[in-house]
Amino acid sequence: MTDLKYTAEHEWIRTEGNVLTVGITAYAADKLGEIVFAELPSAGSSVEAGKVVAEVESTKSVGEVFAPVSGTVTEVNADVVDNPDFINDSPLDKGWLFKIEVEDTSVLDGDEFITVDEYNALIGE
Amino acid sequence: LTDNAVISSRFSPLHQVHVDAGASFTDFAGWQMPVRYSSELEEHHAVRNAAGLFDLSHMAEIIVAGPESAAFLDYALCGKISAIAIGQAKYSLLLSEDGGIIDDVIVYRTHENRYKVVANAGNRFQAAGALAGRSAGFDATVVDESDQFALVAVQGPAARAILEALPGLELPSALADMRYYWSALGTYEGSEVLVARTGYTGEDGFELYVTASQAESLWVNLMAAGSEHGLVPAGLACRDTLRLEAGMPLYGHELTTNILPAQAGLGRVVALKKEGDFVGRAASEVGPPEDARVLVGLVSEGRRAGRAGYPLFAGGADGDAEVGVITSGALSPTLGHPIAMAYVAPQFSEIGTDLFIDVRGKRIPASVTALPFYKRKATE
Repeated sequence: MTDLKYTAEHEWIRTEGNVLTVGITAYAADKLGEIVFAELPSAGSSVEAGKVVAEVESTKSVGEVFAPVSGTVTEVNADVVDNPDFINDSPLDKGWLFKIEVEDTSVLDGDEFITVDEYNALIGE
Repeated sequence: LTDNAVISSRFSPLHQVHVDAGASFTDFAGWQMPVRYSSELEEHHAVRNAAGLFDLSHMAEIIVAGPESAAFLDYALCGKISAIAIGQAKYSLLLSEDGGIIDDVIVYRTHENRYKVVANAGNRFQAAGALAGRSAGFDATVVDESDQFALVAVQGPAARAILEALPGLELPSALADMRYYWSALGTYEGSEVLVARTGYTGEDGFELYVTASQAESLWVNLMAAGSEHGLVPAGLACRDTLRLEAGMPLYGHELTTNILPAQAGLGRVVALKKEGDFVGRAASEVGPPEDARVLVGLVSEGRRAGRAGYPLFAGGADGDAEVGVITSGALSPTLGHPIAMAYVAPQFSEIGTDLFIDVRGKRIPASVTALPFYKRKATE
């Protein structure tokens, strides 16, 4: 968990080599309510930082998930399409959404990527 | 994810009870109200199958009293309020001069010359102000007593059994004899309570108006009385999906000052046959233009719901004729598929009409259907 990065858009990013696993935070999942639908990008597709690449919906609202970085989607979590509640129940583990391969992980050194402490301060916890 | 943080400042008299119960809160018309306690889906199903307990203390209670109260309300509201008996309740609308809907209200006749008008929290001041302004010339007073009351609703098939098991509640007659949209004044632990067989969930249920200082005792004792009946505390998230399934309009979504009652399917609520003038009468007699959009229900397949504000298109998946807009929508927890209410051009309002919802750039087929989406099975 030590290498997790967060964004102000309530996403978390885990780095393994050049592959970044992306999900949404427990705080965001809780704010949305019980998630009943998730739409994920296609594996193999190119995504652009800051663009909407996935959507998660509760009965009440829709959350857009932005690509935190530009790259290629290598894998998506098909399990959350069948079990969207994984995003609420296990946001950092079974509720991961997609993996993006980047050429250079130094992109995560940017100011928009924050530590867990900075994220917790952002959400007031 | 986008996050709409809202600063709000008002708290229910039950706020600490909700905090202690682990509720998540949402801003509703400037109030911090429980949006869910644990799971809005479980809360929804509990109301359909057992019972849910709602805190609705944000609702506005406006007391109308005086010898000409009935005549005044006949003038101020679109319904024939003078026709209801003591103990009876009536759904009505507060119209503007041009016939638009300022608020939808429930009027309870509590005494010969005294009525409780319950308005939406977000319209409290508009409703109280309009009523006060319209009372000129009538021997009737209008007093906004919202801050003195708490409102707790027990909704679901077990609601009556739960209230019957509530200690401290004294009513003049048995709850079993109280009909839908009737009410009775009684006491709860010695203080006045208005118990009404009304609600906003499509289930049997009761609403209890008590003084704010009684709210916590009432809530705690209801939870205890309901434990063996499956009662759960229920938040505003499930209240919205429950009322949507029941085809009930929500002010600000299906009802606005720009909508005439006839467009919302509420023409029957406007008592054009009653004698005397009422605010909005002339405009209601003319009615909306022939091409005015009308409220319909929509059903679709899959799990992706149309939401408020999403446009509707006719002419196939590529059609470019926008013919309507969704006002409320959700994946129905009871039915398992998306449902929505929408305003559409009248030529597309017939049941069975195929339309497309533009869900953030993707077209999803939907079909016009009759409201409500869900109707409870008749009991007893």
